[in-house]
Amino acid sequence: MAVVTLRGPLRKQAGDRAEHPVAGATIAELLRALERAQPALDGWILDERGLVRRHINVFVNGERARQDTPVGPDDRVDVLPAISGGSQ
Amino acid sequence: MTELLVGTKKGLFVLEGEPGGAFEVAARAFAGQPVEYAMREPRSGRLIASVTNPFYGPKIWHTMDAAGEWEQAKGVALPEGGEKAVERIWTIVSGEANGTVYAGGDPGVLFESRDGGVTWELNRTLWEHPTRPEWQPGGGGLCLHSIVPWPGDPDRLTLALSAVGIWLTEDGGKTWAHGNQGLKARYLPEDAPADTLTLCVHHVERAPRRPERLFLQFHGGVFRSDDAGESWTYIADGLPSDFGFPLAVDPADPDSAFVIPLVADMDRVTPDGRVRVYETRDAGATWTPRGDGLPSEDAYLTVLRCAFDRAGEGSGLELYFGATSGEVFGSGDAGATWFTAARNLPPVYSVQTA
Repeated sequence: MAVVTLRGPLRKQAGDRAEHPVAGATIAELLRALERAQPALDGWILDERGLVRRHINVFVNGERARQDTPVGPDDRVDVLPAISGGSQ
Repeated sequence: MTELLVGTKKGLFVLEGEPGGAFEVAARAFAGQPVEYAMREPRSGRLIASVTNPFYGPKIWHTMDAAGEWEQAKGVALPEGGEKAVERIWTIVSGEANGTVYAGGDPGVLFESRDGGVTWELNRTLWEHPTRPEWQPGGGGLCLHSIVPWPGDPDRLTLALSAVGIWLTEDGGKTWAHGNQGLKARYLPEDAPADTLTLCVHHVERAPRRPERLFLQFHGGVFRSDDAGESWTYIADGLPSDFGFPLAVDPADPDSAFVIPLVADMDRVTPDGRVRVYETRDAGATWTPRGDGLPSEDAYLTVLRCAFDRAGEGSGLELYFGATSGEVFGSGDAGATWFTAARNLPPVYSVQTA
């Protein structure tokens, strides 16, 4: 399974644990599975439409990823607040 | 002692003090995050705040201790898999039925809580209203910003949405009727249909002792309704401008209203470099400026729609408002004289007394 790494408030929401092994073929599937495993994350990364929030960035093995980016079992996924949200 | 809950661009500030002097910051919560609104639910004493974290989205939080741990409320979301998401919660209002609290937000959504703000449910009839495709957002989004209960009757409620108009229910939110007769928008053609759903209402308050009377600050106009919001009469003659956002009333006097005019929609600052609250005690027939103690030179302030509230009534009426320049002003004598309760805060989004 891919490992999703969370920091800051997301880590706190997810049981104060940084690394979460999650199964899924794409980023969208992976993040939905993460929400199911960690219900307190519901609405924090994905909105009701199932879209990654505007000021959240997702990386696969260090590269920016999109919702439909494929994910393999050995991949590392980072979910980070985007610098674009800082202006608010 | 008066407690003020001040929502700002950079957190919630709980101010405490006595009218006439500077208030102290008793607590700060959600540091660095935009807090649109906060209120203390009067029955339980629970604090409820709406916070739109720029990264993690809008949430409602609650606590019994502002300086302690806050818990995230559940259910503040639209149906999953749809085309819309909640963008922001603009207001939170205690309802008439025990435990009932309402929250209004963007995109034109009403949430209801029956347990004092811990869990919430979307009002589906408003969300699925057949006219919704015609609703247009104002500059601040499609915001449901005013929720006005009817004292003693939990089934009657008035809502205001920008830029849609007034919605009325008499059956606890099962059905909604549009109340718009008499509201004239200068930004529409003169021959716009009378039942237009593009009315940019900025704020609505009810006169509690005469609940069929409402006062309304419009996007160009101040109006009064004497028939529970079905029709409206223009009452802004005598004001330096009929543009503005917030409005307050003295609960003891159904003929009273207070507004804070701004120059115009293209110049949203206090007119002539002076900060003044305008008061009517004759239901809008005449207006009197109240500025003793408020900035009177080179003061170009913006006061947002949720940043004006009152405590008490009659001769004990206290009034408080905040500006985007970070000041909070107060009056302990119904607006006759004013003092600076706080300064150097982040831009003030909302002020609520508790």
